[in-house]
Amino acid sequence: MKLAISSSTGTPDTKFSARFGRCAYFLIVDEGADNWEKISNPAVNTQGGAGTQVVQFLADLGVEAVISGRYGPNAYDALAAAGINAYLANSGTPRQLVDQAQSGSLSLATGPSGEGMHHRGGRGGRGGRR
Amino acid sequence: MRRIAIASGKGGTGKTTVAVALAESLSVENDQIVLVSDCDVEAPNVHLYLNPDFDQTKEVYVLIPQVDEGICTGCGICAEVCQYNAIIILKDRPLVFPSLCHGCGSCTLNCPENAIREIPNTIGNLERGIGNKNIYLRHGLLNPGEPLTVPVISALRKWNDSLSPQLEIIDSPPGASCPVVEAIRGVDFLILVTEPTPFGLHDLKQAHQVANELGIRTGVIINRDGLGEADIQGYCRDNSIPMLMTIPLDQKIGAGLARGDTLLDIYPEYKDKFKALYEEVGQVIEEALDL
Repeated sequence: MKLAISSSTGTPDTKFSARFGRCAYFLIVDEGADNWEKISNPAVNTQGGAGTQVVQFLADLGVEAVISGRYGPNAYDALAAAGINAYLANSGTPRQLVDQAQSGSLSLATGPSGEGMHHRGGRGGRGGRR
Repeated sequence: MRRIAIASGKGGTGKTTVAVALAESLSVENDQIVLVSDCDVEAPNVHLYLNPDFDQTKEVYVLIPQVDEGICTGCGICAEVCQYNAIIILKDRPLVFPSLCHGCGSCTLNCPENAIREIPNTIGNLERGIGNKNIYLRHGLLNPGEPLTVPVISALRKWNDSLSPQLEIIDSPPGASCPVVEAIRGVDFLILVTEPTPFGLHDLKQAHQVANELGIRTGVIINRDGLGEADIQGYCRDNSIPMLMTIPLDQKIGAGLARGDTLLDIYPEYKDKFKALYEEVGQVIEEALDL
């Protein structure tokens, strides 16, 4: 199984990133292997819909499970439609989190986390384009 | 018809207070038909002061794609052309995210199989009616959870009316981004309401820059004067923005507004002040027409 873990540094031994749609990198690794691959997130600066763009990107790479901190409603729906398992993590490095996912100690998201990121904080002129 | 918009940058500076006071000052005595358009569609509140009977309503919708899966080949062109990532292709099937769709129609136009048709997705409502002192009011209401304010503001401003007002007063949303641009585009004059705090000054500059980009003439009202030390007057002087009025920090005003009274209910003398302000604004507009 191919896993993708959100990361701000792109290395398996520093703290993972809790951001899914707009993390800087994804670390891609095969379950049970040590073939860590660092990939820049193509959606990091996208105007809107980062979550759906990321899911499209990861699905095209053949990723079957993701590990991140939270998933917005659009990202969650897209992951579910793609049949990609979404693990929820609080802390740890990608290496530790992959071990936890394999041992069954990491829980799967059963719904979106919070209200979603799209157009967050629009009032007051700080939001995205609407 | 003359159109004057009220904006601020920072929220809570007194846009609605000013919009209502201006409308009240000009409506009855001058026999003007005054229309207030409350464009703060996420949180409209002019109706709380004007108490209209809304007798007309209209739905606002954007057109979103609906894919006929029997015709779709899963080529993915729709997802490629979507600038908002509102369509993705999973397992050769398009998946549409209505809340991300801006209704631009690119997917429909570019589909080589004509497999996409557009269906309306309701995102809000418009309402209009006559309120206190014969002031006409219309406002937009964005449905909770919907992210797109601009189509609601646009629909509100385009909503044709049998009535032909002499003056439209537009109460803009706060901020300095797309919703504000949509609310103030094409007006004859923009009144910027601010407060003398660092936040008020900072956001005033942003709103003023937006107005400049749009080529709209502006003037400033300082509200809650005495609240802070920020040099609003200095900024206005340096940028040749006329100072139109100063409203002091006054607990009686705050308490009255909180009860639902208008500024003119609290201090009737503001009627003459706003009439004078309107004269001054009118001169600026006339001068601009002569250029």
